[in-house]
Amino acid sequence: MLVLGIESSCDETGVALYHTERGLLAHALHSQVAMHAEYGGVVPELASRDHIRRVLPLTRQVLKEAGCTLHDIEGIAYTEGPGLAGALLVGASIAAALAFALKVPTVGVHHLEGHLLAPLLEENPPEFPFIALLVSGGHSQLMEVTGIGQYATLGDTLDDAAGEAFDKTAKLLGLGYPGGPALSMLAQQGNQGRFSLPRPMLKSGDLNFSFSGLKTAVLTLVKQQTSDGRELDEQTRADICLAFQEAIVEVLTRKSIAALKQTGLSRLVVAGGVGANRQLRDGLSQAAAKKRFEVFYPKLEFCTDNGAMIAFAGAMRLRQEGRRTMNFPIKPRWDLETLAAPSP
Amino acid sequence: MKLLALDTSTENCSVALWLDGEVVSRQELAGQRHSDLILPMLEELLAEAGLSLGSLDGIAFGEGPGSFTGLRIGCGIAQGLAFGADLPVLGVSTLLTLAAAAPGERVLACLDARIGEIYHAAYEKQHGVWHTVSAPSLCYAKDAPELPGAGWVGAGSAFSAYAEALEQRYAGQMLSADGSVYPQACDMVKLAAPLFEQGGGEDAALAAPLYIRNKVALKTAERK
Repeated sequence: MLVLGIESSCDETGVALYHTERGLLAHALHSQVAMHAEYGGVVPELASRDHIRRVLPLTRQVLKEAGCTLHDIEGIAYTEGPGLAGALLVGASIAAALAFALKVPTVGVHHLEGHLLAPLLEENPPEFPFIALLVSGGHSQLMEVTGIGQYATLGDTLDDAAGEAFDKTAKLLGLGYPGGPALSMLAQQGNQGRFSLPRPMLKSGDLNFSFSGLKTAVLTLVKQQTSDGRELDEQTRADICLAFQEAIVEVLTRKSIAALKQTGLSRLVVAGGVGANRQLRDGLSQAAAKKRFEVFYPKLEFCTDNGAMIAFAGAMRLRQEGRRTMNFPIKPRWDLETLAAPSP
Repeated sequence: MKLLALDTSTENCSVALWLDGEVVSRQELAGQRHSDLILPMLEELLAEAGLSLGSLDGIAFGEGPGSFTGLRIGCGIAQGLAFGADLPVLGVSTLLTLAAAAPGERVLACLDARIGEIYHAAYEKQHGVWHTVSAPSLCYAKDAPELPGAGWVGAGSAFSAYAEALEQRYAGQMLSADGSVYPQACDMVKLAAPLFEQGGGEDAALAAPLYIRNKVALKTAERK
């Protein structure tokens, strides 16, 4: 079955073609990051205005790359939520109308299910059950995944998401928006041990996170370092970036290990944009070798939002749940735990 | 020629077919349920006419101005249908559509644009053809562009939202005004038909909403 996947929940338009026997045939992405950077954050209305310009050209591109025609498509998956309502509606309306024209079923996909299942697109996919660490600009969750559609939240952030903490801290250090990746780059030049930042919630006894205090700790540190009226020099900024990243990585790593221990599982899947962070990957891989668990990552390009994960998650559900009804619901807020497994 | 028109630019939701000059249509007050209604309405209409999407010659949609989200639903539906059925697409102005349906030949079409503003345009029909007297713009009702002469008929939601301000602005120039009318697909399809007959219409991917209000956020540099 050939499935077209359309992702338009936030600031990236992703389109892909996934075939249930032949695998991922093609995927294409348009990122709006540069457009929103001038505004210091995502402007929902501008995001929607861009999505509607991108979906069809990207669809043509993946069809061409895959050597398929429109009439080879057997089902269409779109991101139903969570996300920005206006942005979701763009993907949903185009998906529904195209499916109507092609007389194929549609399925609405949970964006986070897409992220969770993205590592299954790799050559050595993890087997169920596993623990998923989902870390992005909008989410920081630990989930127990026993199968497709069977997700239990073990821990969640009480305030900022991990990626959000990266971006806000970067902004505070004058690294622009979205500055998470810039912060990680600069951290590579940092000196270890010059600064130490708190590890929030490490001893909370549960699997929840809290990152807003860490951002405040960085603010305090910056104030201390600039109290004599001087600007932060490049090395100090790099040292702060490193200290910040070390704190986040340690919390994410130790909580992931605790989740494995609590559930008795031995596989960890890392998904979401922060999953692309080199130091997090190194930290988790080292812990995996030491504590004897396996860790799985999606390709770097499938850590951030993309159409491939939507096409894949959609394909897993389409055979059972494909709708031929013609409405196209969206769910801007949608708890992953409310999903059910596809019926056998 | 057989054409489809659809409009979701306001709280109304409408679809229409042009069947070689005959028009059949459906419309419903949708609030925010356009995404539930539009495709089933379309399917019903096609079934009644005994037509398939592929047997049509083109698709028109209400391009705006109107509710941003509504415009994108209409445009997204038009894109998806036209791409899937390999048909040309045409965007039709919601303000011109209001004018074409109004009882007069000098029409001031105004839609409520929220936050105190209106979408404004004026048209005059000469020898059966609509000419633009005042191009679509965004303004406060009290500052709306000047119009020549009298005998104007008003149409569109701004005449209920800003009735008094518009009455004052065009004192002595208006014959009547109806703030309860919506742009309707049945009127759009009539405007689109001659254009499609002249070979008009563009690729599905080029179909785009006409927002008019383009400043929707301040850049970081502008906030200082």
